[in-house]
Amino acid sequence: MNKDLKQHCARFSALGIRLDGRRFEEYRPVEVEYGISNSAEGSARVKIGTTEVLAGVKLSIEKPYPDAPEKGSLSVNVELLPLSNPKFESGPPGIDSIELARVVDRSIRESEAIDMEALCVKTGEKVWIVNIDICTLNDAGNLFDASALAALAALRDTRFPEYDEEKNAINYDKKTDRKLPVRNMPLSVTVLKLGNVLIVDPISEEESAADARLTVGSLDEDTMCALQKGGSAPLTSEEIGKMVEMGLKHGAFLRKHI
Amino acid sequence: MSYQKRVDGRKFDELRPIQAKAGVIERADGSAYFKIGDTVAYAAVYGPRELYPKFLQDPARGILRCNYNMMPFSGSGDRVRPGPNRRAKEISLVTEKSLTAATDLSQFPNSVVDVFIELPQTDAGSRCAGICAASIALADAGITMKDLVAAVSVGRVDDKLVVDLNYAEEAYEDGTVADIPIAMLPSSGEITLLQMDGTLTKEQLLEAFELVKKACLEINEVQRKALKEKYTLERNDTHE
Repeated sequence: MNKDLKQHCARFSALGIRLDGRRFEEYRPVEVEYGISNSAEGSARVKIGTTEVLAGVKLSIEKPYPDAPEKGSLSVNVELLPLSNPKFESGPPGIDSIELARVVDRSIRESEAIDMEALCVKTGEKVWIVNIDICTLNDAGNLFDASALAALAALRDTRFPEYDEEKNAINYDKKTDRKLPVRNMPLSVTVLKLGNVLIVDPISEEESAADARLTVGSLDEDTMCALQKGGSAPLTSEEIGKMVEMGLKHGAFLRKHI
Repeated sequence: MSYQKRVDGRKFDELRPIQAKAGVIERADGSAYFKIGDTVAYAAVYGPRELYPKFLQDPARGILRCNYNMMPFSGSGDRVRPGPNRRAKEISLVTEKSLTAATDLSQFPNSVVDVFIELPQTDAGSRCAGICAASIALADAGITMKDLVAAVSVGRVDDKLVVDLNYAEEAYEDGTVADIPIAMLPSSGEITLLQMDGTLTKEQLLEAFELVKKACLEINEVQRKALKEKYTLERNDTHE
């Protein structure tokens, strides 16, 4: 099946277009909506074409790690919901959802997007924990970019709930005006190698026909903050150079939607 | 003491505002969005498709399988740990039973129709919202049904019977509360989901059924409208 799909893609590529009629470097329309769940401290919906994901941030207070007594911490989880794709199954996270969550996590963590020291409530005892959960609603391809964008949007939407230090109780019903300290804008662009062409923003069929994938996490047009190669075909350094260039360029396009 | 005025100012038999939409998830065979007050449910239907493992198959008819899940950030307090807990499993079970009564899968032996219900935001009544969404999604998927199942909770707050409780009402502290989620086939009045938390007399229960019947007919209108809107639009599209 993949072989047929591959040949089909190749026939389109020879004409300079893709299966859905787009050009190789054409991104689908992107929409970002904030505050889609009032039970979360911050939330967002991202649509890329018909791909749709929701991200929500929950804050809690816990004991810091002993090696970082003054720092809060971050946890990113992706739920590939069976409602979003007939191939996804219920059950504990599979390898695809783990990889996806870790790549999103890496961009945010390594760029130090969240000021972790500002999350300290009491050194060595209490810090804020930032939990980001990303849930897929419709998987029509490119969950990597959609998830990273949704995570960033949800972080930027996040406000602290009221916290009573004496009682050590969070009042989740009351949000304060204090925003989560988000210092920069990490997001990712995934570039696929499909036959002899490089494309951005793949649909599901292109993902299953692709030879290799490179997810480029970036902060701005010059700075990368995470990389992840996927797929079993090797890539040359020239190809990677080109993919990085595409990733940075389209990252700037995505950042305009935030 | 007596419960004179509802926490959010509604009349005792008044539902929260409802929005419904059919066909919101492109990959699914049928799907729907259902919002009642601050409770939001998405439902997606996949199938009929072959059922594995094979020993679960019924050679006489297809089976319906439901999965209810709260997104981790959808609870009013702490983060909900992902994955099925005992509560979600029980709700999945009663949801399945409430919808099975309305569907006819005799044409699809050995197959399964999967219904996935996801909640991004909740303010009580989430199993009922899930059933309402699932029912629209099943119809959207073209599954043969004898009715669109409508569901809502009815409750006793202190001395008053009320429909469609929210969290604040469920947590009413100046008197006792009973919460009764009910699903109904609106055209026959038959009940396909019935649970209760709290205490109640038989008379109050029968009175509650009358209240809920009226509410379910209102919900049914919204469900039908959601389906009509989707299919009317699609017909117009093809005329262009």
